Amino acid sequence: MTPAPASARLWWALAGVPLLFLGTFFLWPAATVLWRGLVGDDAGVGPGAGLAEAWAVLASSRTLRAIATTAWLALAGTAGSLVLGLPAAWALSRFSWRGSRTVRALVTVPFVLPTIVVAAAFSALFAASGILGGLGLDQSPVAIVLALVFFNVSVVVRIVGGAWEALPPGRSLAARTLGASRWRAFVHTTLPALRPAIASSAAVVFLFCSTSFALVLTLGGTRVRTIETEIWIQVNQFLDLRAAAVLALVQVAFVGLALWVSSRASHARAAAGVATARRRGPRGRERWAVAAALLPTLALLALPIAALVERSLRVVGGYGLDHYRALLVPPARTALPVPVWEAAVNSLVTALIATAMATVVGLVTAQLLAARSRRAGVLESLVMLPLGVSAVVVGLGLLLTLNRAVLGVDLRGSWWLVPIAQAVVALPLMVRALVPAARAIDPRLRAAAATLGASPWRTWWQVDARLLRAPAGASIAFAFAISMGEFGATVFVARPDRPTLTTAISRLLSRPGLDNAGMAFAAAVLLAALTAAVMLLSERLRTTVGAEL
Amino acid sequence: MRISRTATLAVAALSTLTLAACSSGPEAPDASSAAPSASAAPTGTVTVVTHDSFYVDDALLASFEEETGLTVELVAPGDAGALVNQLVLTKDAPLGDVVYGIDNTFATRATEAGVLAAYSPAAPAAADAASYAAPGAEDLLTAIDFSDVCLNYDLAAFPDGAPAFADLTLPEYAGMVSVTNPATSSPGLAFMLATIAATDEDGWLSWWEAMRENDVRVTASWSDTYYTDFSAPNYGGDFPIVLSYASSPPFEVVDGEPTTAAMLDTCFRQVEYAGVLEGAENPAAAELVVEWMLSDEFQAALPESMYVYPVSSSVEVPADWAEYAPLADTPTTLDPARIDAMRDEWIDAWTATVLD
Repeated sequence: MTPAPASARLWWALAGVPLLFLGTFFLWPAATVLWRGLVGDDAGVGPGAGLAEAWAVLASSRTLRAIATTAWLALAGTAGSLVLGLPAAWALSRFSWRGSRTVRALVTVPFVLPTIVVAAAFSALFAASGILGGLGLDQSPVAIVLALVFFNVSVVVRIVGGAWEALPPGRSLAARTLGASRWRAFVHTTLPALRPAIASSAAVVFLFCSTSFALVLTLGGTRVRTIETEIWIQVNQFLDLRAAAVLALVQVAFVGLALWVSSRASHARAAAGVATARRRGPRGRERWAVAAALLPTLALLALPIAALVERSLRVVGGYGLDHYRALLVPPARTALPVPVWEAAVNSLVTALIATAMATVVGLVTAQLLAARSRRAGVLESLVMLPLGVSAVVVGLGLLLTLNRAVLGVDLRGSWWLVPIAQAVVALPLMVRALVPAARAIDPRLRAAAATLGASPWRTWWQVDARLLRAPAGASIAFAFAISMGEFGATVFVARPDRPTLTTAISRLLSRPGLDNAGMAFAAAVLLAALTAAVMLLSERLRTTVGAEL
Repeated sequence: MRISRTATLAVAALSTLTLAACSSGPEAPDASSAAPSASAAPTGTVTVVTHDSFYVDDALLASFEEETGLTVELVAPGDAGALVNQLVLTKDAPLGDVVYGIDNTFATRATEAGVLAAYSPAAPAAADAASYAAPGAEDLLTAIDFSDVCLNYDLAAFPDGAPAFADLTLPEYAGMVSVTNPATSSPGLAFMLATIAATDEDGWLSWWEAMRENDVRVTASWSDTYYTDFSAPNYGGDFPIVLSYASSPPFEVVDGEPTTAAMLDTCFRQVEYAGVLEGAENPAAAELVVEWMLSDEFQAALPESMYVYPVSSSVEVPADWAEYAPLADTPTTLDPARIDAMRDEWIDAWTATVLD
């Protein structure tokens, strides 16, 4: 779609949707924190001196070390996620067998688990007496990287798998017919077509890894310090907004870098995906290949989840379902004002609203980004920013900006801030998953529709909407899962009397007693189960939609 | 979403009138809620800013709302450590009317920044509260509760009695102790202060250096140290001595027998305060909340609801607390002003000594 001058006005009108949403709930709050830190009253000195001091923060060895640590942790986490995720994406998008749908749903579960609980599960695995204690990885950076891969491998499987599915097998088959080996056909036809999706998922994973907080602190035993952990400590312990602002700007630079590398790598245009390839059962030696592609990922996912389940079943003197029964009644020792099941309902309702918001804004944005242009590039960067900017900065920004009535609307302490914060976090992923699909739509289809007399709306409905339905369904489920598991920004705006599952878990874990710990782990398993159920449902929907096309 | 604050206030005020008409009314001479300084009974909504460990029983809250005709809104924008910083940063547009949960390790930062308005409660327990007051800020912060941050130990690992604080640096305790980082955890900060108060100003760093030699484990948060590391039968970790509270052992009683105990010579007394926020929209209601927190009902509920000891001497602590959670006879403490002046420097020195 090369926009004609007339449609430029339409583009900007539509761009108002994401710009207004992100502007109010992300850019303004984050910019307020930066402003106050760099030039505002909190500096206590003139702007000139403020900038000099900011430079001193940036150039300090403490900051430089944090930047270096962040960069290598994120790179290692991204590399690991790609190494495990790409074969898994191949196996899950090309083949289907009894139970493959369940595997696809399960792979997404880790992504939404609350980090505090998973970090506890990993710590137990790596502890001297744990199953993996012999590796000596306790409180080491390697433990952090493994946990980062655990969380992010699903991003690769989702985004790349989605693109792989939409890839018409024609070209690869043609290459094979012309005598190319399987490997040659893959390298020369499939891989270039997948490059945008791979680059896109790598950028997302890199940004996720670079802003990981609880994992780094817990598994690194506070010895490993990254930009994100430094920001948290500067804001919450030292009340040094200047240092926090400088570090947040470094994060913005990270986002820019990730996007630049990603857009360079995805320059090749994706093949036009019109037909969705049918998945089939693996035959002969393919079975071994599929098993080999999935096993490492499944092993990495299974161990911590098993540890989690084990802890949720631990009762005095053995194992039992006591903690699960306890989810149904208000906690006997008061840690929560409501039973955990009510927190689960709160989580579901909040996540539904957040998903609705992210879906509307996400679909509009993906449409706007479908055609590459300079303004699309700027919009894409804006939408990606929430992924790479500290939840502490965003959360604090929301406190600073929305704690008074804005245009007559008072959101202070409002429950609505929770789904809004979650939607801001879910939006970049939604867009990331949709854009490659939107770009892969052959513009000739739209041209053909227009030639046949269809109005622009009808063209959109008949071509874009139809072809985007499958990836949209998948990314909506993904956005829902993210909202269910979001904690970093939620904690700033959550209300103590209406806990969500993630805030309930963190509260339970702040009190002594086996019953509180056990309930926290049982609640985490419940969260995992709910998420898996939603994912499984979306897999079903996807298959039915796929059949229509 | 509240469309407009005034509309909410109007509705709240209306409901207050209705309530007042059919109940004994907000001016009822009730010791727990009548503030002599309040000229007219406050109405509307009162917003309590607190930390995310705050818990109050629904019935208790409902009876306060009914008695006063106020609507209580709770906001908890983070953990205890972050609370004061958030109040300082939002000073020009306060997050609410009254704060609960500022502790003595951060008290001076809040009072110096001017986020609190003066108020001296009239409740009978105010006399008890005064003995926990932060020096120099007696009129700004009212002590509500306290707790002792202490090392806890696994009784099975030490059948001959509690290990002594001074012995922890000996080789036989190598690899046995797990504590939390003072920069990321509020009990960690309190315990670091305990070591400073227990030894002299120079001695504490050499104590920590010896602990580092002795493989002290450092974690990010209380739950990592307690739930993951503690070797107590309920958790099965690898460390028999962990940082927690004097009030933790009652929760580890298995079949009527305690399995853990606190090392009472390692305790730092942490006091939590409430105060009226400067610039509050409803200061009179905020004062009522402070009075309520000193009332017998609120004070008596504190051990069960927030795992802390009430300041009031006229309420009883639960039976199992009296048995398994004795307080330290001589807890250490430091002047909040000194803590505030030195906190950052001490944390940096600790980090350099123990981690780097």
